[in-house]
Amino acid sequence: MSDHTMTGRPAAQRATRPLAIPPLHLAIFAGLLAFFAVAPFFLYPVFLMKVMCFVLFACAFNLLLGYGGLLSFGHAAFFGSASYVSAHAAKVWGLSPELCVLMGSGTAALLGLVIGSLAIRRQGIYFAMVTLAFAQMVYFISLQAPFTGGEDGIQAVPRNRLFGIINLSSDMALYGFVFVIVFAGLFLIYRVIHSPFGQVLKAIRENEARSVSLGYQVNRYKLAVFVISATLAGTAGATKALVFQLASLTDVHWAMSGEVVLMALLGGMHTVFGPIVGAAIIVTMQTISPASAPGLQCCRA
Amino acid sequence: MTGSDLILSAKGMTKQFAGFMAVNNVDLDVRRGSIHALIGPNGAGKTTCFNLLTKFLQPTSGTISFNGRDITTLGASEIARLGMVRSFQISAVFPKLTVIENVRVALQRRRGTNFDFWRAQTVLGEFDAEAMRRVEEVGLEDFAHHTAQELSYGRKRALEIATTLALEPEMLLLDEPMAGMAQADVERISALIKSISAGRTILMVEHNLSVVADLSDTITVLARGQVLAEGGYETVSKDPRVIEAYIGVGHG
Repeated sequence: MSDHTMTGRPAAQRATRPLAIPPLHLAIFAGLLAFFAVAPFFLYPVFLMKVMCFVLFACAFNLLLGYGGLLSFGHAAFFGSASYVSAHAAKVWGLSPELCVLMGSGTAALLGLVIGSLAIRRQGIYFAMVTLAFAQMVYFISLQAPFTGGEDGIQAVPRNRLFGIINLSSDMALYGFVFVIVFAGLFLIYRVIHSPFGQVLKAIRENEARSVSLGYQVNRYKLAVFVISATLAGTAGATKALVFQLASLTDVHWAMSGEVVLMALLGGMHTVFGPIVGAAIIVTMQTISPASAPGLQCCRA
Repeated sequence: MTGSDLILSAKGMTKQFAGFMAVNNVDLDVRRGSIHALIGPNGAGKTTCFNLLTKFLQPTSGTISFNGRDITTLGASEIARLGMVRSFQISAVFPKLTVIENVRVALQRRRGTNFDFWRAQTVLGEFDAEAMRRVEEVGLEDFAHHTAQELSYGRKRALEIATTLALEPEMLLLDEPMAGMAQADVERISALIKSISAGRTILMVEHNLSVVADLSDTITVLARGQVLAEGGYETVSKDPRVIEAYIGVGHG
C-alpha cells in the first residue's frame, strides 16, 4: 500500500455521496415508468404483467440479500402462500382484487414474522438452510391442505371488480392495476434502502459486531427488513395469482426460491435496479424457451 | 478507594471454555477518569477479559458493574447505550460506507431505536456538520468522502475512534489499538488516545508493555487468565513475575 502512513494526501478529492435522490435514479425511474406505461400497446400485456410481478419479487428479495446481507432460500414460501390466499379470497370469498392482494401480503407478513424471528438467530449458510426448511414445510402444507387444491392448485381464479366497481377482466384494465401495485412496491423498496433505517441496515451488513458495539439491536433491524421483504414478496405473489388466474404448487416450490436468487444475482445484488434487469431477462428467457426453465411452468397459463 | 471512584468493577470474573479456564477469578477495578491498560503475553486472556467486560461473552461466574449498576446479565448493545463503547482488534469500520457515513451511523443513534423505513434519509443531513467535525478531530478531513476500505490501517483506526467518540461515551474500551501499526501511526494514535482521555475513562488492552508506558495511569498484567500484578509502569515493569512471564514466553 502506497497510502501507508497518516501523512499522505489523497490522490484526488471524491465527489460527495449526497443524501438526496441522485438525478440518475430519478431518470431510471422515469424511464421504467414510461416504458411500462407504453409497452402494453406493443407487447403482450400478460407477459409484461408477469415481468412486473417478478421484478417486484426480485427487488423485495434483494432488499433482504443486498441490503440486509441475509440470503434467504425460502422466499417461495411468502410468494406462494400469498398467491394461494389471494386466489382463495378471489374465488371462494369473491373479494375484490385490492383486498385479495392485501390479504395475500398480510399473510406473507405474518409468515415472515414467524419464520424471520426464528431464522435470524442463525447466520450465513445456516440462515439459508433454516429459511429453506420452513419453506419446505409451507410447500408440504400447500400440498396437503384442503383449500389449496393439491396438485391442481386453485384454477380459474376470477379477477372480480376493483373496489367493487371497475371490471378487471380485460388484460389492459388489469395491467393498470398491476402497474400501480408494482411501482408502489418498487418506490417503497427504494425508500427503505435510502432511509435512516436503511443506513443502519447497511452498517449491519458491513460489520455486524461493530453495529452492536455502537448500541444497535441488530436482530430487531434484521427482523424488520425480513418482514418488509416477505410482505412485498407476498404482494408480488398475490398479484401474480390474479394475473394468471392460478395459484399452484410451483409458486411455493423451492425452485421458485432458487429462481429469485438467480434474478437478484444476475442483476447485481448490491444495486437498486439490478434485480429489475435480472428478473426481466429470466422471465423473457423462460417465455422464449420454456423447456429450458422447468421452474417457472406455473406462469405459462 | 470508594465505590463512586470506580466506573467499572469486576469481581471474581471467570470464563471457562470446554474445560479450559480462559479467565480465572479476575478482579478488576477501573478508576473514573483514568487510562487503564490491560497487558499480558499471548494467550493471557486479555481479549477474553475484554469481551466479558463488554458483554460480547457471558462470564461463567462473577459479577461486573458499571457506574455502580450490575451489568452482568445485560446484552452488548445495551452496554453501548449505557455509555461504554468498545473498539475491536481488527479495525472495525463499515468498509463500503464513506468516512463521513461511518461517523454518521454512530451519530444517528441519537434518534433512538428508530425503525422509520418510510422516511427519506435526507433527515440525516442534520448530522453532517457534526460528523465532519468528528472526522476533522482525528485528521481525516481529506478523506471524508472516501470509502473506509480505501484507508490505510492507521487511518481506519483513527476513523474507528472518531466513530466511537461520536457516541460521546463515558468510557472507551480499546482492544489493542496499536496492533500491527507502523511507527508513525503508533505515535499518532497514542497522541490521539491521550487527547480524547480528557473527561473520559479508557481501558485498553495491549500486547506490548512499552507502548502503554507513557500513556497509562494503571497497568494490570494478566498471565494464564489471572492477574499477575497491578500498579503504575514503574512498579509493574520491575516486578520479577512480570519479567518472567514476558521473557518466559519469548518476549523481551
